[in-house]
This record gives sequence, C-alpha cells and structure tokens, in this order.
Amino acid sequence: MTEAAHSFEGLLREALAPVEPPADMVERLEGTLTSITEMAADELEAWELSAMRDPRNWARPAAAVMAGSAAGAALVLLRARRRTAAAAPPSLADLRDTAERTLGDLTREVRRMLGER
Amino acid sequence: MSEQASPKSKAQLDAEFSDLYRAHLRDVYSYAYYRVGDHHDAEDLTEQTFLQAYRHFERAQRESNGRPLRPWLIRIAHNLAANLYRDRARKPASSIDETTTPLPAMHTTEQLVEGRDELSRVLDGVRLLPDDRREALIMRFALGMDNREIARAMGRSDGATKVLIHRAIKQLEEIVGDRGGVASATRNGRPSGAGTSEGGAGDD
Repeated sequence: MTEAAHSFEGLLREALAPVEPPADMVERLEGTLTSITEMAADELEAWELSAMRDPRNWARPAAAVMAGSAAGAALVLLRARRRTAAAAPPSLADLRDTAERTLGDLTREVRRMLGER
Repeated sequence: MSEQASPKSKAQLDAEFSDLYRAHLRDVYSYAYYRVGDHHDAEDLTEQTFLQAYRHFERAQRESNGRPLRPWLIRIAHNLAANLYRDRARKPASSIDETTTPLPAMHTTEQLVEGRDELSRVLDGVRLLPDDRREALIMRFALGMDNREIARAMGRSDGATKVLIHRAIKQLEEIVGDRGGVASATRNGRPSGAGTSEGGAGDD
C-alpha cells in the first residue's frame, strides 16, 4: 500500500471517529432493558415461590439462587447505569466487581429467606 | 430438571447480553449515526437495535457457534435503517440536498471536524458513496471491524468484502480529489474507471 493510501485511510479514520452515545439516550435505553430483565425476573420469582410451597423442593435451594441470579443480571444493568451517569463507562473489572457484589447480596438474601422458613 | 435449566439459562443470557450491550453500545450508535446522519434517528435506531437483539439473543448465540456477535448487531441496525428509509419513503442523509446542514448535532466528532476542512470533505465524500460502500467504510473505520466481521454483517463473502472496501476507498479518494480536497488523493490515489455510479459491479 502506498504512503498516500495510508495517509488517506488515516484521514478517513479521523473523519469517521467513533461517536459516543448521548447520556440521556443511554439512561433511557438502559432503563428499558433493565425493566425488561426485571419483568422476566419477576416471573421467575413467582415460579420460585410456588416451587418452595412444595416440601419436595425445599432441599434444592440452588434453584432459588439461580432464580435470584436472573434478577441479578437486571441489577447489574441498573447499577452499571447509575455508575455511568456519574462517571466514565465502567471497565470490565468494574462490571465483574458489580456482578460479584450483586450476586453476593442475592445469595445472602436467599439464604436468609430460606433460613426463616 | 427443566425447571432448573430454564432459570439458569435466563440468568446467563441476561448477564451475557449485558456484556454485549456494554461492549458494543458505542459501535451501534456510531454505525447508526454515520448511517442515518441524524442524531435523533441514530438514537431511535440504537434503541430499537438493542431491543430487537435482546428478543433474539438466545437464538443468535446458539447459531453463532461462539463467533463474535458484533456483526449480528450491526446487521440488525442495518436492517432497521433500511426499514426506516423505506417507511419514510425518502432517501438517506447522503442524498439530502446540499442546503441541508450535514451531520447536525455531532458529538465528539463535532470538535474533531471543526476547522478541519479536509475531514469535512472526506465526510461529505462518504455521504456520496453508494449505500453498500458507505456502510463498509463505516464498519471498517468507525467501528474498526475486520473484513471477516464486515462480511458477516453485510452477508457477503470475505473476498467480495475486500473488493468492496478497496473500491469504496478508491471511489472516495476520487470524489474528494474532484472536490479539491486532500492533495494526496488527487496526486497518488486516482484510479482509472472508478466512477461514482459504478455501483460495485462484481462486488456483490
């Protein structure tokens, strides 16, 4: 490839620089996506509660944890959204940290609920 | 037990979709913005793309065989953009008359282009390209996609995509050169027979 071609492609790369999405659009979209995932999580929660009424299911708390982790995915989006509004987009490590904390919260909550039954 | 498999699958899918969204939000918005040339349409297109992607995410993952899903996302945006123009029965921003202010309400690129006539001429030239060539350049230079990804997004072979991009760059060099911009394009990059209405014969 010639130097001129390199130069032109460099110019093209500059002209077509990636465009950051507007913050209000990000807020709106993430709110919508969070609502969708939470809606689905609510359905799972309803399933979980009905399953726990059956004593045969009491020995399988893993199912409840899994249902909780579905809600957790929604919370990951929600928490990430709040962070985005305050600062730069979170790194992968931030997201992992958020996910771990969310799952930790949910696991504790499910254990607490199961302990009260 | 199916009761166990279903919630676990849902949780994984949501988490993975969240990752996909985070990784490619800017890609989808950039594609939409350069594709439609309008801030508000780009927002709508981006939102619709992710909502549609969420609905079909499970199937896309299943059928991707572990390959990256960015081309799939961009293809959704491409189809939605095509529907947008069809529904409105009007041409895209590239064909809006010269009195229209080009790419209004730009974000980071606004500062970048400000005072840079060369970049403005290149952007103007991009708008004059046929749709498929313009899209290929957006994917390559705005999103940094490689030939294989672009080929998947556009439903072409790798070879045809390589030719398409090559011809798009050559045609753009010619357009920009004809408009008096970017001296290097006029001096060194002028191909023979790369007319603006060639239409990519042999590309497709």
